[in-house]
Amino acid sequence: MTAASAPARLSTDELLLASRVIDTDLRQTDLAVPGISCGGCIRKIEASLGDLPGVARARVNLSTKRVAVDWRESAGPPPLGEALSKLGYEAYLHEAREDAKDPQLGRLIRALAVAGFASMNIMGLSVSVWSGAAGETRDLFHWLSAAIALPTLAYSGRVFFQSAWRALRHGQTNMDVPISIGVLLAFAMSLYDTIHHQPHAYFDAAVSLLFFLLIGRTLDHVMREKARAAVTGLGRLAAYGATVVTPDDERTYLPTTELEPGMTILLRAGDRVPVDSVVLDGASDIDASLATGESMPEPVIPGSGLRAGTLNLTGALTIRATSAAQDSFLAEMVRLMEAAEGGRSHYRRIADRAARLYAPVVHSAALLSFLGWMLATGDWHRALTIAVAVLIITCPCALGLAVPMVQVVAARRLFEHGVMVKDGSAMERLVEIDTIVLDKTGTLTMGRPSLRRDVAGDEAWLAIAAKIGAHSHHPYAQALAAATAPADIAFDTITEHAGLGLEARIGRDVWRLGRDEWALGEEASSPGGTVLACNGKLAQAFAFEDTLRPGTVAAVAALRDRGYMLEIISGDTADAVTPVAAELRIDLAKAGLLPTEKTAHLASLASAGRKTLMVGDGLNDAPALVAAHVSIAPGSAADVGRQAADFVFLRSDLGSVPFTIATAIAADRLIRQNFGLAALYNVVALPIAIAGYVTPLVAALAMSGSSILVVANALRLGPRVTSRRRAPEKTDMTATSPLRESAA
Amino acid sequence: MNVLWYLIPISLALGGLALALFFWALKSGQYEDVSGAAERILNEDDRPL
Repeated sequence: MTAASAPARLSTDELLLASRVIDTDLRQTDLAVPGISCGGCIRKIEASLGDLPGVARARVNLSTKRVAVDWRESAGPPPLGEALSKLGYEAYLHEAREDAKDPQLGRLIRALAVAGFASMNIMGLSVSVWSGAAGETRDLFHWLSAAIALPTLAYSGRVFFQSAWRALRHGQTNMDVPISIGVLLAFAMSLYDTIHHQPHAYFDAAVSLLFFLLIGRTLDHVMREKARAAVTGLGRLAAYGATVVTPDDERTYLPTTELEPGMTILLRAGDRVPVDSVVLDGASDIDASLATGESMPEPVIPGSGLRAGTLNLTGALTIRATSAAQDSFLAEMVRLMEAAEGGRSHYRRIADRAARLYAPVVHSAALLSFLGWMLATGDWHRALTIAVAVLIITCPCALGLAVPMVQVVAARRLFEHGVMVKDGSAMERLVEIDTIVLDKTGTLTMGRPSLRRDVAGDEAWLAIAAKIGAHSHHPYAQALAAATAPADIAFDTITEHAGLGLEARIGRDVWRLGRDEWALGEEASSPGGTVLACNGKLAQAFAFEDTLRPGTVAAVAALRDRGYMLEIISGDTADAVTPVAAELRIDLAKAGLLPTEKTAHLASLASAGRKTLMVGDGLNDAPALVAAHVSIAPGSAADVGRQAADFVFLRSDLGSVPFTIATAIAADRLIRQNFGLAALYNVVALPIAIAGYVTPLVAALAMSGSSILVVANALRLGPRVTSRRRAPEKTDMTATSPLRESAA
Repeated sequence: MNVLWYLIPISLALGGLALALFFWALKSGQYEDVSGAAERILNEDDRPL
């Protein structure tokens, strides 16, 4: 597994295709390097990339684990992949358009800064009023507050007003509707009072309400952004392009989208198949585990069909495209995903459901107190002031923070355990599930073969096989190489015969490691098996199996104990699925399912009223991940699946699944407690407000008090580990990511 | 009382300046890589600029 033996992965053609022009003769390439983890990495990478010919600047971003490299076009694309793999890092190309910065986050942070500035200043002025400023001074302070509050509402309040308006236009309510009404009415009322020299103004309440709520919203967004960056930074399944042989025998590199049926394409070992095609020449092995869920590599010979997205392992192939990129397997899966009716589209956020109950109660209470005071006193100004006080004091500062605060804390806790959360509603949906559907290859299992120890036999033979196997990218060879320390033998030559195996020569002895009938000739006894042979004589036969992920047995048992229905649906053969299902004691196991059948199965579960969690990794699982009520994918999953899933876990341990569910349940409990606290607060505050005893000072104290209470309650979910420096987590991204073989 | 006429504008101007500085810092990309900046200060930059 030496870096030197890796084929040139980030080819110059690919680099050129995925880069963008930033200046005359200057292009920029973005690379995602998941291995960057410390300050030392920054220096190492920047120094070594900066020394490459043609590189103008290399800049590491530790937060997003990316490297931006500016290089001179005239010098040609620099060998970035080789330089990084020499340092021990894996790099994936990151397309410029994927990297588009999220404008929403910037908008939220600016809105938050403006609201923070305004609420501090207005609060300062308000404190002066509370501590006794009167007459002209008080009016001056009120006018100043109004002058600060108006632009703040226009700028920072937009976030809420727009969302409230969108909901109202569709005839719905959400949390932003009562917030917007409360803030706007409070401002209008205070402005009126200021004009008429009244003693009380609620500018501070209106603005600090915005500030508190924006804190929750921004934190929520930052967390999601972090997860998104971590998930999109991993490898991708679609090839950027392919080397095409034109009819007049010239070679050109074309982007995948420009490939047409009938074109002849050269495919190197380690390349992904760009479009559905058929083999013209050459022999190799194809790894389809990420694409179709078949766990064992398939040998291919001229005439074999290839699916887009599968990986060519051992030999160079000449292939002919049979369909264009938009008709290929990969594109077909993306279409199926778009067509899949996501269970989530009908889901209403818990905060919005609460708002639907809460808004009518608060608004009718305000209206009733206005009418009541109107009837009792006939003073419409006093009645309106009290009605506004009711709106403000009950305005859901605590309610608005109740959900996002808990979800941010929960997302942080999951993040520290290597689980990325795409959005808060996923956690709410995860609580509702009653059925868990699991994929086999790559989800329950590692998705790559490992040596079966029980039939591995003699350690000496194994050591020789490990020595030879280290020279191939074939998963079996790698499994042997990883099984034991290589024998201390200096072979004269080791050559790979694509589709057959490895041949090693020392003196006059010829060792062969590979396909049974090739290594043993006529003596072959078990065609298709893998053997080590010396001069055509059997030394040792090997068997392989796709091992379970660590922690799978315990995780499945934990899920069963919680009372979930468990099912396996796999695209692999029944022979491969049955033993896994038996070992995990899962009765419902379906094998050999096509992607459409997986989606149909989830749809039938949904129509039976079941809320399903789908855990899967392959390209063939991606439509099912969308169709499920909520979905989890491992970090080693196909890129399409990773982006479709609600959660992505980066550790290889399947224990992340029950941990995620447990965290979601704990978060749900805290959210409900927070709603209880907010309701309790309203029960106390509402009568005081209706009775007319709420001054701006009381409102400010009550609002901050209830917000602090809710935030403190949310923090109870926080991680037990408080030290900032933690040992870097061992993740399986590097081990089984789509491009693993290339840098192995 | 008169003191308010210049103290309040000063305090608002200072606050506004801080806000403007924050916006400038945000725009010039100083928050792009927060954890990287924390580590970079420890790097000994022995390469001539």
